[in-house]
Amino acid sequence: MATKGRVKGIIANLVIVEADGPVSQNEICFINLKGVDLMAEVIKVYGNNAYVQVFESTRGLRVGDEVRFEGHMLEVQLGPGLLSKNYDGLENDLNAMKGVFLNRGEYTAPLDEKKLWEFKPTAKAGDSVTAGDWLGEVEENNMPHRIMVPFSFSDKYTIKIIVGEGKYTIKDTVAVLTDSKGKEIPVTMVQKWPVKIPIKAYKEKPRPFKLLETGVRTIDTLNPVVEGGTGFIPGPFGCGKTVLQHAISKQAEADIVVVAACGERANEVVELFTEFPELEDPRTGRKLMERTIIIANTSNMPVAAREASVYTAMTISEYYRNMGLRVLMLADSTSRWAQALREMSNRLEELPGPDAFPMDLPAIISNFYSRAGYTILNNGESGSITFIGTVSPAGGNLKEPVTESTKKAARCFYALAQQRADSKRYPAIDPIDSYSKYLEYPEFAEYVSNKIEEGWIDKVNEAKNLLLRGKEVYEQINILGDDGVPIDYHVTFWKSEIIDFIILQQDAFDRIDQSTPIERQKYMLNHVLDVCKTDFEFENFNEVSMFFKRIINQYKQMNYSEFKSEKFNNFEKELNNIIAERKIA
Amino acid sequence: METKAFQKIYTKITQITKATCSLHATGIGYNELAVVHGRLAQVVKILEDEVTLQVFGGTEGIPTNAEVVFMGKPPSLKVSDDLAGRFFNAYGEPIDGGPPVEGEEREIGGPSVNPVRRKQPSELIATGIAGIDLNNTLVSGQKIPFFADPDQPFNQVMAMVALRAKTDKIILGGMGLTNDDYLFYKNVFDNAGALDRIISFVNTTEDAPVERLLVPEMALTAAEYFAVDRNQTVLVLLTDMTLYADALSIVSNRMDQIPSKDSMPGSLYSDLAKIYEKAVQFPDGGSITIIAVTTLSGGDITHAIPDNTGYITEGQLFLRKDTDIGKVIVDPFRSLSRLKQLVIGKKTREDHPQVMNTAVRLFADAANAKTKLENGFDLTDYDERSLRFAKDYSNKLLAIDVNIDINEMLDTGWQLFKKHFRVEEVGIKKELVDKYWPKD
Repeated sequence: MATKGRVKGIIANLVIVEADGPVSQNEICFINLKGVDLMAEVIKVYGNNAYVQVFESTRGLRVGDEVRFEGHMLEVQLGPGLLSKNYDGLENDLNAMKGVFLNRGEYTAPLDEKKLWEFKPTAKAGDSVTAGDWLGEVEENNMPHRIMVPFSFSDKYTIKIIVGEGKYTIKDTVAVLTDSKGKEIPVTMVQKWPVKIPIKAYKEKPRPFKLLETGVRTIDTLNPVVEGGTGFIPGPFGCGKTVLQHAISKQAEADIVVVAACGERANEVVELFTEFPELEDPRTGRKLMERTIIIANTSNMPVAAREASVYTAMTISEYYRNMGLRVLMLADSTSRWAQALREMSNRLEELPGPDAFPMDLPAIISNFYSRAGYTILNNGESGSITFIGTVSPAGGNLKEPVTESTKKAARCFYALAQQRADSKRYPAIDPIDSYSKYLEYPEFAEYVSNKIEEGWIDKVNEAKNLLLRGKEVYEQINILGDDGVPIDYHVTFWKSEIIDFIILQQDAFDRIDQSTPIERQKYMLNHVLDVCKTDFEFENFNEVSMFFKRIINQYKQMNYSEFKSEKFNNFEKELNNIIAERKIA
Repeated sequence: METKAFQKIYTKITQITKATCSLHATGIGYNELAVVHGRLAQVVKILEDEVTLQVFGGTEGIPTNAEVVFMGKPPSLKVSDDLAGRFFNAYGEPIDGGPPVEGEEREIGGPSVNPVRRKQPSELIATGIAGIDLNNTLVSGQKIPFFADPDQPFNQVMAMVALRAKTDKIILGGMGLTNDDYLFYKNVFDNAGALDRIISFVNTTEDAPVERLLVPEMALTAAEYFAVDRNQTVLVLLTDMTLYADALSIVSNRMDQIPSKDSMPGSLYSDLAKIYEKAVQFPDGGSITIIAVTTLSGGDITHAIPDNTGYITEGQLFLRKDTDIGKVIVDPFRSLSRLKQLVIGKKTREDHPQVMNTAVRLFADAANAKTKLENGFDLTDYDERSLRFAKDYSNKLLAIDVNIDINEMLDTGWQLFKKHFRVEEVGIKKELVDKYWPKD
């Protein structure tokens, strides 16, 4: 018999429920408020009292109101039809909701149960299978969507029956499996999974090594992220975190993109809703929305569901990863999720850690990041989840708990610098402070040597070194004055400015400049490094800046032109003429 | 507030703090209103039969045997077209001597808009101030605060923006407004002949601070009525949100909550977001735009209030006194309008984005030159030209007394580029230079 309970106390969205039977931690329950069911999650149990966080406003709730426990944790439904959907943090289909406002207690089905899918079996009767193995596939937005043995099946199974090709709804039985004890279990195209538990139906998780192109030069060239890698973008407000994340979500070379808009501005999600159905994926020519799932739990939506939203997004990512796809998951912003944890911890009157965040915050964050990765599936295919989260450090200070905890968990660090943003040097990723640990992986070095060119990593390090040298020299010039240093110092500084203006800076709103394929990045980096290696002749420091400004201007025109077009080639020719003016043979 | 017949009257208060009181009562709904000793209060905590009330007017003089009556409903506002032209206090009661407004009673702080039902904001709001229109263009449905020190003329600028923006309704939410500022707004609106499209909810420094917590939601409930039911464009002015946040911290402190950064409650982000996210463009044409004021202490934006605000709002506007020209300007470095990308170069001339960025970059060069000068170094020819440009740019574009249309601002920008720089120094796309670089 299901456990029932009664409301005993209310403090904002924390409700104390007296239960009449067993309850488990993280169990879902529904509180009945005058006929409206409010969903809630158990976060603490003390004696007969369950402390639950309610995913809705508790206005009007009374002591004595009835509560029904569900006997399971927060789950999501996984099956064909997830793509192109807009969900809230609890996987309610936002488009299916009525009216302009979000009404309390309105829950909508995440998947269309009536839609017929063209099922093609890929396994046959008699095959032995385990959780996550592929049984068949349907076509979802022109991509194969694998129908798998549900992840919750922990035994070894034999396929007794599998249906033939044909049209089925997600609720129809497509296979019958027999477990080791001979029990027959029907399988449909939809399954449920608790969001807080990682899906581990794969063979192994090796170190990731394949470059994931994002089209953003300062990432791909300088601090690359890999398929199955993790990265995070901390930055004060107004430094372009969201613009950068949107650029990555549009351009990245991924099969599936899952965006968790977690506690951020609603208008930013509206931008995705408006643009993604229109924009084309340059690689496939199909609309971006076809490969995207958006989980929107904006800052004005209930706080508790904000925490759930990142887990919901991760579970959906894991589901597609197990189909052998490259999934990119973005979360903006993980600080809001941490703040949701803080609000609850505070109401539970737990002893606070630094900045009043819960003590286990670092553990929660690193557990979450560890769900990303490059995996070899049971059938030998590979699938990956690349996870990039943004962090909104309080006061722009990177020495705060969320940034510090994330730094321990993520392998790429893209620090957005206020100073760069102030001088409109976008994307404002600081080239000196940021890093990608993947540059140190020998397997990655080997991969890019083959994919881009021999010795690529050396060139990347050379560029980084020039930038650092440029920064040092700039400080010297500032201390000693323009004419207090040798002319060489000015040349070194301006060479680093070329890298900054031409490789690092990128116009996210220009049709051509916004996304640079790796082939073009290679061409430009080689060109710029050649100029940096060239010796020039100058009479005085004034000539230096005038000369390099002309070079930078010419390079910029190249960045704004179609690669290798006539216009591009002409700008390049003019550029080479300018270079020749002062080149020492 | 009148008590109705057959309402249960409680007369035994068990605990009183400076902002809250507790008593034993049953059948009470969370967030319900009550009247304690003639003062309005709201339920903020229930533990079995112990109910804690936040008393908006403060608890001074409340005895333990005071009469407490529960109203059975959360705070609400009666909405109708009759709201227009009226002045109210934080409870929605008229303070202009007029009769109470009749209309449909709505709970304040209602549900959020479903994000998929929002429309992307796309209508430019012109203010004539180049520091805003050129560099930080406002868009209907946007939420943006002025970050300003208390001595800066933010109320004047806000009133100017409100009157120049062509919106159907202007709703003023005044929190901790001094009586002088309240009268300033009243006079400005009156003199402009705009009173019939203005609605004000005002809590002045003479009123109890906790009352302020009701002001934004009152103002926004009225705004939602005009934007949703009447499809009107509504501009909401909230001043000063720092005082609102201070009131939040008073209450959380009295409820023994553990404070987070800068003694603010841990839920500050969510509390502010709930207000600011009411800014929206509705599909049927109505919109709510929020312009707020967050006063800073000594320009410190890392304090929890401006910091959380900055993460919620779509940009911020900074006012600064430019000592070179002796005028207040809209600081181009620290100001930002996140939604400007939706309109600049689209609703405005194609060269808008590049003119804007180039001018700001050159202004930054001038700032560097100035540092050099202050450190006693020689200036290059370029440095001197950029300093002259900066002065012109501040005077003709950034100063808040500028009132011209956007094309004029762009033309001015090009003229200043030509006056002080060579084409290759500005680094603008060639097609645009060919088209707009002023001919002799």
